[in-house]
Amino acid sequence: MSNTKNGKGVIGWIDYRLPIFSTLQHTLVDYPTPKNLNYWWNFGSLAGIFLMIQIVTGIVLAMHYTPSVEGAFASIEHIMRDVNYGWLIRYIHMNGASFFFIVVYIHIFRGLYYGSYKSPREVLWWLGLIILLLMMATAFMGYVLPWGQMSFWGATVITNLFSAVPVVGTAVVEWLWGGFAVDNALLNRFFALHYLFPFLIVGVVILHIVALHTHGSNNPLGIDRKGPQDSIPFHPYYTIKDLFGLSFVLTIFAAVVFYAPDFLGHPDNYIPADPLKTPAHIVPEWYFLPFYAILRAVPDKLGGVIAMISAILILFALPWLDTSKVRSATFRPIYKKFFWLLFIDVIILTWVGGSPAEGHFILIGQLATIYYFAHFIILMPIIGIIETPRPLPNSISESVLNKPIKG
Amino acid sequence: MKNYYQIIKIFFISFIFINTFFCKAFAAGPDAKITKMNFSFDGIFGVIDKASARRGLQVYNEICAGCHSLEHVAYRNLLDIGFSSDQVKEFASQFEVMGEPDSDGEVNMRSAIPSDRFVSPYLNDNQAKAYNNGAIPPDLSLIIKARAGGASYFYSLLKGYEDVPEDKEPINGYYNIAYPGNVIAMPQPLYGDDVEYEDGTEATMEQEIIDLVSFLAWTAQPELNDRKSMGFRVFLFLVFMTSVLFLSYRKIWKKIKG
Repeated sequence: MSNTKNGKGVIGWIDYRLPIFSTLQHTLVDYPTPKNLNYWWNFGSLAGIFLMIQIVTGIVLAMHYTPSVEGAFASIEHIMRDVNYGWLIRYIHMNGASFFFIVVYIHIFRGLYYGSYKSPREVLWWLGLIILLLMMATAFMGYVLPWGQMSFWGATVITNLFSAVPVVGTAVVEWLWGGFAVDNALLNRFFALHYLFPFLIVGVVILHIVALHTHGSNNPLGIDRKGPQDSIPFHPYYTIKDLFGLSFVLTIFAAVVFYAPDFLGHPDNYIPADPLKTPAHIVPEWYFLPFYAILRAVPDKLGGVIAMISAILILFALPWLDTSKVRSATFRPIYKKFFWLLFIDVIILTWVGGSPAEGHFILIGQLATIYYFAHFIILMPIIGIIETPRPLPNSISESVLNKPIKG
Repeated sequence: MKNYYQIIKIFFISFIFINTFFCKAFAAGPDAKITKMNFSFDGIFGVIDKASARRGLQVYNEICAGCHSLEHVAYRNLLDIGFSSDQVKEFASQFEVMGEPDSDGEVNMRSAIPSDRFVSPYLNDNQAKAYNNGAIPPDLSLIIKARAGGASYFYSLLKGYEDVPEDKEPINGYYNIAYPGNVIAMPQPLYGDDVEYEDGTEATMEQEIIDLVSFLAWTAQPELNDRKSMGFRVFLFLVFMTSVLFLSYRKIWKKIKG
């Protein structure tokens, strides 16, 4: 790209005036990357690709979908039956949402394990959490669009949460609904916002990448790079690694889309919405279950809503709750164990969230909720102080040359 | 390589865990007994048995259609399960639908054509309620996808009618061991010999139920056969591409890893 500096050629001419090509060159080709990234670092680019898959399939679906309480359910069946390959596009979109969450959750747990939220990457971490919040809003509104039983009752339960807000609660809920019940006005605005939000996500993703490239990627050792010997260019090393990872995950994705497309969904959503008939168990999509469990763990409605929101908001404070100077859990013997306990705790919350709120599930859910918050508020600050980290290697290149590092 | 296996392991274990727990939550209550059946359309290479689905249409049309609509399916769709164009036209023409307004604004009934959707047994929801003690019999287009347990549940339900056990109190409905709560409003629809199959197959109760399940599995997932055959090709391609990319990755990284 040496000619771009002088503005030679068409690309050079444009780039001299709008540095789009050199920006791409810096971002996707030259970007110096730690040479020791493991497969857990594949999930960021995977998340970006699933976002693109969702946007492309979503735009096609929007061309055939009817946002009205009379027409929505039938228009989905029209897509499934009459539109050419409509079933394929919809199944990709449905399961793409699930896979988007899977890769993003893995991406977040990777950040937790390797301390990717620590200085100087706090803002990078925040932007990621904002993406997560936007994703949740988008996914929730998208699930309402088919106007099946779970769409309707899920929307009813979640929008009603806002009534817990003191004094103005009812007014807020009616404002959200655009009426006095979950009805056509809500479906229409959810469709509009479901179309808008992915583009907001794209915007925040760009900021996320800018923040990432400002200080570069963290790495499994969690130590800063000492010089050029610790880095390799993004292309071809990480482009090929990301492509391999992408192809691997797409293979699993294809298996689900073609052979178990409704496995992750709820059968009740193939029943048209009926405001007079409440399903036996109202459950959200699987990726909301941990938060749903936290919501239900608190006996008080407002308290439950606050707990649920706090479950994510607390992650914003992680850079300060974690008192350890060492980033990577590889060198933190105590924290590493508690990391896996947190992982198990989230699995338990998922399980409880999908189970009826009765019997021993209530107690298990409450204990798991308490543990979730205790991990961040109590354990993390204490472990950082009492723990003696293992000695850190001098540099990435030294560590890469000498011995393989175990994740 | 170690990391690679670790990722796969954790990915799958958590995936399976979450989903086993998740699916448990959907299963019908403890009082519902569902027999897990193997149908022609199960598994990776399973396809809808079209001859069975055609017999199933006959069962639907002669027994179920009295009460249950099939609103998302058009008569033309029957071409997919092996009916000829003329057969579809003839089948459709036995039903009457509301026609389009003529030049005087009069709306007359006309016989249905292949592009019409299956005609509902009711004029509207209120009529459906009035005929059925206040409850609308569910539309059957998606019924296989819309119930936990799917085809096996539907099979078990149709076979699940029994006399009320003596220890139970008198019930307002019918006793069915597969139905959640065991009390169902629908009387037993199939007993065997309810239809006389056009292809000469003996119409035992088991045969009728399996044929009806085949038909409704098709109405719920008309794309099933296409989906599975395309899926197999896509999957093979992706396995091949993943292997090629993995080898490329190893080759490119040789310089770094030594």
